[in-house]
Amino acid sequence: MPVATHVHPKPGDILLLVGTMKGAFILRAGKDRASWDLGGPYFPGSAVYAMAYDARNGRHRIWAGPNSMHWGGLLRSSDDFGKTWTNPEEANVKFPEATGAALKQIWQITPGRADEADTIYCGVEPAAVFTSRDAGETWALNEGLWNHPQREHWQPGGGGLCLHTIMLDPADIDRIRIAVSTAGMYVTEDGGSTWRPSNKGVRAVFLPDQHPEFGQCVHKVVQSKQKPERMFLQNHWGLYRSDDRGETWTDIANGVPSDFGFPIAMHPAQPDTAWIVPLESDEFRCTPEGRLRVYRTRDAGASWQAMTGGLPQEDAYETVLRDGLTVDALDPAGVYFGTRNGKLFASRDEGESWTEILDGLPPVISVKTAIV
Amino acid sequence: MALTFVMPGALREFSGGRGEVRVGGAAHTAGEALALLWAECPGARDRVMNERGEVRTHINIFIDGENIRHGGGLAAPVGDGAEIIILPAVSGGQAPS
Repeated sequence: MPVATHVHPKPGDILLLVGTMKGAFILRAGKDRASWDLGGPYFPGSAVYAMAYDARNGRHRIWAGPNSMHWGGLLRSSDDFGKTWTNPEEANVKFPEATGAALKQIWQITPGRADEADTIYCGVEPAAVFTSRDAGETWALNEGLWNHPQREHWQPGGGGLCLHTIMLDPADIDRIRIAVSTAGMYVTEDGGSTWRPSNKGVRAVFLPDQHPEFGQCVHKVVQSKQKPERMFLQNHWGLYRSDDRGETWTDIANGVPSDFGFPIAMHPAQPDTAWIVPLESDEFRCTPEGRLRVYRTRDAGASWQAMTGGLPQEDAYETVLRDGLTVDALDPAGVYFGTRNGKLFASRDEGESWTEILDGLPPVISVKTAIV
Repeated sequence: MALTFVMPGALREFSGGRGEVRVGGAAHTAGEALALLWAECPGARDRVMNERGEVRTHINIFIDGENIRHGGGLAAPVGDGAEIIILPAVSGGQAPS
């Protein structure tokens, strides 16, 4: 097995947490984001679909959900930026025996809000939410969603029946929105006891009824912290905005080469600004015309502009998956994405210009960022 | 009754670094033998088995050279002095999603 190198972050440094099909990597840069140190590979051979950074209560904790095709998956954490990782004897995220289910993949790790500093949410396949109230020591299945009567009609997408998005409403602690491929979005307004589908206006082009109550293949949803009613959604065909906390959705595929894609990311302070990476058709799933273009809107989706500076514009058949695009919290915002061809790109100026940080990684599944 | 488990490298973190783990107790089947191993090396259980109590898809268990998948699964018989080898299958490469 490869010997991992490690990064040595200082307060104020920027981290990139990169999950790949063959392990995890941690990159570090100073505030100028000019050069990056590489740590890893961690969990070599395991697919890492989910990573997260928990800075609450003075922590510097990195979470990862490595999944070995041989030995299964569980949540592991590091309090020293990857030098050591927990490896609990008993798998911490596991389905109760009565469900008859078995964990296939950990898709999302979402630390709770600042005022619930020991709460962490985890989205998994088969589609379910697990919650920890003790900073990740123990986990419990959300029974309300697991027992939802519509579950029997949910269908797995190409990545399996995965619960890949957990959005904690920044202003309402009882309100959480989740997204499942392929079930669409569900929202709870009572802290997770009950859930209802919430997909009005979102198409399901692969069904006879293209506007069902549920069953959409939502790829990624993001919500503004400053303006919680504002959300953006990248669908399996379809690009949408909501101005009412996700109750209704409006098509905003204006001037993009394709409204198919996986990721969408939002500006940390400007609720009208978002980024996407359109892909050509749901069969090819590569960047259109062999040109790697990130599209950015500054006007809430009324128009989109191609951001190509420093990105290859010939023979670049790349794919960016649903968690492969992220934005940091600096000003100007940094934008980062990784591709299935193992490339990692960064922009320090909100997408105006790009630098290839790494090439030759295993296929990149997820990219998250944090400030130490 | 004495049994010897041969542990793969990935599980030695949970066997105190031992490549072989000897257990004693009553076991007539592979499932009962594995329960003796879990008592000795509890961390190995969730790596070998899933929540449904099934041996993970890409793990093979051999009792005296015979793969239990072809001999009764967890009900496969175990004799006194058996050597039980746990091995990752050759099929376990990660396919891109």
